[in-house]
Formats: sequence, structure tokens, C-alpha cells
Amino acid sequence: MPTYGKGLRGLSILTLTTIVVALTLVFFWVPQDASQGFIQKIFYIHVPLAIVSLCGFVFGGILAVMHLRTGDRRYDMRSYVAIHMSLIFGVGGLITGSIWAKASWGHWWVWNEPTLVSFLIVLLMYATYTPFRFSIEDPERQGRYASVFAIVAGAFVPLNFLAVRLAQQYVHPRVLTLTGGNLPGPMRLTFTVSLIGVALLFVTLWKYEMAAKNARIQMRTLRRRLLGDDDLRPPQRSAAPTL
Amino acid sequence: MVDTPAIELRGVARFFGERIALRNISVIVPAGATLAVLGRNGAGKSTLLRVLATLLRQHAGEVSLLGEPLPQRAFAVRGRLGLLAHEPLLYRDLSGRENLRYHARLHGVSAERVEDLLREVGMERRGDEPVRLLSRGMVQRVAVCRAVLHDPEILLLDEARANLDPGASELVEPLLGRASGRTRVITSHDPQAALAEADFALGLRDGRPTFSLPADQVTPEHVRELYA
Amino acid sequence: MKTALAILRKDLLLELRTLETLPAMALFSITTFVIFHFGLNRPTVEGQTAAGVLTVTLLFAGILGVNRLFVAEREQGGFDAFLLAPVDRSAMLLAKATALFLFLAVLEVIAVPAFGLLLLGPSLGPPLPSLIAVLALADLGIAVIGTLVSALAVQTRARDVIGPVIGLPLLIPALIATARAIGPLLGSGGPAPLPGKWLLILALYDVVFALVAYAVFDFLLED
Repeated sequence: MPTYGKGLRGLSILTLTTIVVALTLVFFWVPQDASQGFIQKIFYIHVPLAIVSLCGFVFGGILAVMHLRTGDRRYDMRSYVAIHMSLIFGVGGLITGSIWAKASWGHWWVWNEPTLVSFLIVLLMYATYTPFRFSIEDPERQGRYASVFAIVAGAFVPLNFLAVRLAQQYVHPRVLTLTGGNLPGPMRLTFTVSLIGVALLFVTLWKYEMAAKNARIQMRTLRRRLLGDDDLRPPQRSAAPTL
Repeated sequence: MVDTPAIELRGVARFFGERIALRNISVIVPAGATLAVLGRNGAGKSTLLRVLATLLRQHAGEVSLLGEPLPQRAFAVRGRLGLLAHEPLLYRDLSGRENLRYHARLHGVSAERVEDLLREVGMERRGDEPVRLLSRGMVQRVAVCRAVLHDPEILLLDEARANLDPGASELVEPLLGRASGRTRVITSHDPQAALAEADFALGLRDGRPTFSLPADQVTPEHVRELYA
Repeated sequence: MKTALAILRKDLLLELRTLETLPAMALFSITTFVIFHFGLNRPTVEGQTAAGVLTVTLLFAGILGVNRLFVAEREQGGFDAFLLAPVDRSAMLLAKATALFLFLAVLEVIAVPAFGLLLLGPSLGPPLPSLIAVLALADLGIAVIGTLVSALAVQTRARDVIGPVIGLPLLIPALIATARAIGPLLGSGGPAPLPGKWLLILALYDVVFALVAYAVFDFLLED
């Protein structure tokens, strides 16, 4: 019997520490932005959320490729968890972005910020993943089709960013670039720590959900076996996220 | 090659999610022989036929058709087997002739073969009517043509005669029957009739084999146990 | 190639027999122009507004075709019959994308002149060659994505909903490019030169998704 959630405690402590350090830096150490003031600090949460969410989508796409290549359905479950976790992070990124837009430009939503618009489109795309997935009844097909979706959507992300970026005629003077290339030192350090914190949070939550799902499947298998129902598929193959 | 059985299954299993559709199926059918698969509705007969038709891949065990292992070499056997199941696999809005010509193109078979077959099943005059206007029996006759269009070595018949009246059944006998010389796997709602034309019989209950015997050794008890 | 032709022929024959898709697409587009007329409350449109109206109408009419593309295969055993044949699976993608492309082309042969007649302010003649080029590239993208989406959606329970809901966001970049490329063509002062940037984006989009579709399509057919 495999044990799930190995190393989760250490990872959780590391994540918590990094996030506490990041927040301390954000609120007590890094200097305020000269033009935007206090609200600019949301940047340290908003941008990491968005970056991690996009990376999570790509990660989900890579896992989907692995699923189709190997036929191992555990990859499908990993891909599923990665994508729906990314969706949650993405919604967080969108809301914080909206707050930032309201504070600095006076509107909750601005169409001439290409990154924000692209991000919305990507989220709209991935928001269909779950309803699509669960409206396929056959579990095998569900996994396969979901993986195809994840791969297609993964290819879609960069093209979408390119098209939306080109479509903007009046791009706002960008205060800060995503890469932090022209950030002053303390800002860059704070941003990096925040990014690592959010990334660790993603990994931790992903692992927690994987452990929970695996444990639940194992529980159910054991319970059925206790009830004398030996008419079960061997447990290592029943890794479908459908529960 | 003479000794290679046409169909060989060893420990085959297929699941739908966690439900077991087939488990531990092992059977060997020599070339030219007929296997009758018996069991109630939902016992796994259709799933077994779909596995043999390369439409479903097994989750465990080995399947080999005409000496080719599935699913790796599925493409090598696809053109050599014919499937006739509940669905006729014909487009309702096209005529029988158009449907068959389409399948002939897919299988690389000449258009004359289509005409020959239509004549053989007595459908040459109604071949230009849309399939949706034909009676069930006529649709089934066209479907028989479709299944044997490419002269398959293995024929998978899932309740093939269900919709045919006795006359039509006789018409298609040379195409589907034992005399066709094809290796056949048949299922039927009528176990006696199926056993009568079979060499071997496989009994399925809830996806598991209850017996796998030469057809003449199957006793009424065996059959009763299946349907009880 | 021969297989793809056989499937395409069968699909066109089916459409000819049933006339289920194309007339619906054409009618839908003309009705939408009428709605736009009242919705915008303008007798004519030009420039970017005209481009938006045309693109959105063609897209939504195209979605009707996308939804129908695999229904016969799914409901009448076409998938099984195809899978039983010793042929390359990619032929299905090629045939279906070509069929959808042809449907879109026929739709545009009807809808674009209707648009010129009913809504467009400037004359349709001068920008027509450039317009055809843009629409051809756009149709290619819609055909590829539409085939992929249709194959994905046809196996779901709520396929009429799932298809458009997946397809629309996927097509947004292509639509941005199409609308932006058409906009300058329909200006009230006569057509401006074709913006090459958008043609490039459209072409890139077509190529990327054609490759992706080719890579993943087999997985949608096997069981």
C-alpha cells in the first residue's frame, strides 16, 4: 500500500515561512512606489498569482502530453488537479488585478491593459475545462479528451497573449515589467520572494489535493473489499479524478 | 502459419471506470471455426466483440487476431475483419448503394463488388432509396453487405439475424453462415440456435467466463446457469 | 488522401441530401444582420463597426456548422465504421476540416453580398479581393479549430452547449486578427491597404492549430 502525502509537512512549513517572509518584506521593508503609493504593493501578490497560474496551465498541458503518451491515468489526475488549481489562482490574479486597476486608473476593468485582457480570455478558456470534462460519461474517454483539451489550450495561451498584445493601440506606460528587469533592487528581491512563496503554495496545495484524492480512492477500494465486493478493478489503475 | 489460430484471447479484461465489463477471458478459435458467445444482456458479449473488432482495447491480458497482437498491430487486422452489430453503421440519409460505395472506398474495394452484394441479398432494386425509408430487415441486409464488403477473414456477428425474416436469413446465409469459410464469433438471444451453428461456446456472466467448451459439450444445465 | 476524399464526398452528399446545415447557416447570418441593424439603430455601418458586425455574424453562423459536423458520425455509427477500416485516422481530420471550410466559404458567398446590400455603407467592390484573402485565412482557422472542438464536444452530454463554449474563447485571437484586418478595408473613404500584421497572425494561428490538431486528433477517435 503506497503512502500518500510524504514530505507534505516539511513542504507546508517551508511554504508558510516563505509567505510570511514575503508579506513581511511587502508591508514593512520594501519602499512605497513613488507614483502609486501603498496600493502598488498589491503587485507583489497579483503578478505572482498570475504567473504561477499560467505556469500551472502549462504544467497541466505537459502532464496531459505525458498522459496521452504513456496511457497512465495518474498523469490525467495530476493534470486535472494542476489545471483546476491554476484556475483558482487565476481568479485570484484577476481579482487582484482588477483592484489594482481601480486604484491606479480609476476603473475596475480596463481594456487597454493587454495582459489583463489576455488573462481573462485564458481564464474563460480554462473555465470550460471542468464542465467539459464532466459531461463525458465514459471515464477512459473523459481522461483522454480532457488531456486533448489541456494540450490545445496550452498551445492557445501564448498565441492569445500575442494577438491581444498586438491589438492594443494605446498601451499604458508600463510601470513595471513582469520580469522585474527594471525593478529597483529591494523591489526585485521582494517580488522574487513573493513569487517563490506563491509557487510553493501552488505546489503544496497541488500535493495536498493529490494526496487527498489518492487516499479517497484507496479508502473506497478498501471499503468495497471489506464489504466483500471483489469485483473491482485493480487499485493502481483506478486513478480517475471522478469520484 | 497454418497452426496460428484466428483468434486467441488470454486473460483478457476490460473495465468501464471501475466496473468490470470483461474479466479473465481466455479462448482460442481456429481459423474457419465458429465461436458462440452466450450470456444475458449486459454480460459482456458486445464488449467482447468490440474488443475483437479493435474498437476497444483490452486493459489486461493478450488478444491476438490472425497472429497479430492487439492493440499494437490493430491496423494490420482492421481490413481483415467484419463487424455486424445492433447498429447497422449506415447513414440514414444516404441510399444503401451510396453507403456501400463509401465503405468500398474506405476499404479499397471495387464498386462492382457493391453491385454483386446488393444483388446477392436481393436489394439491387431498392438500393437507391435512403436507408431511413427501408424496413429494419432491409437495413439489416444492407448492413450484411457492409460487413462482408471487403471479404473479411473474421466475422463478428452480434445478434446478426435479429431483424431478418426467415427468407432474408437464407439469402445472407452464404455471406454470414458457416459455409462462408470465415472464422466467426456470434452472439444470439437464442442459445440453442447459436450452439447449433457453433464449434465452440463461451458462456459469460457478469463479464466472467462460466464455461468455455466445444459446442457439443454444452449441456442444458450450462445454459440454464447462464440465464438463471 | 483517398480516404479523406471519400469522407469529404460522403459529407457533401449527406449535406446535399438533408440540407441540414448550410441553409440554416445562411439564414442565421441574414437574420443576424437584421438584428444588428435594429440593435445598432443605424441604416449603414462602416469601418471597424462593419468589420465587427461581419466577423461576429460569420463566426456565430459558422458555429452552427461546427455543432453539426460530427453528429451523423456519432449517431449513425460513422465513427465505428471509419475505425473498422484500414485507413489513416488523420484522414477524418483532413476531410472534416475541408468540409467545414467549404461550408464556411459557401456561407460567405451568400452572407457577404447580403451584408454589402443590407448594412455596409461603403461599396463592397473595391475591398473585395483583400476581404476574400482575409476571410479565407480566417475560415482556415475556424475550420481547423472547429473540427477539433466539434470532435471534442460530440462525445459530451451537452454537446450543443459545450461546443460553442470551448470554441469561442479558442477562436478569440483569430477573431481579433480577422476583425482588425477587415476594419481598414471597409472604411468610408475607400479601402486602406491590407494590414499585413493581422494576416501574419492569422496565418500563424492556422499553422499552429493545424499542427496541434494533427498531433492530438487520433486520441479523439480511439476507444
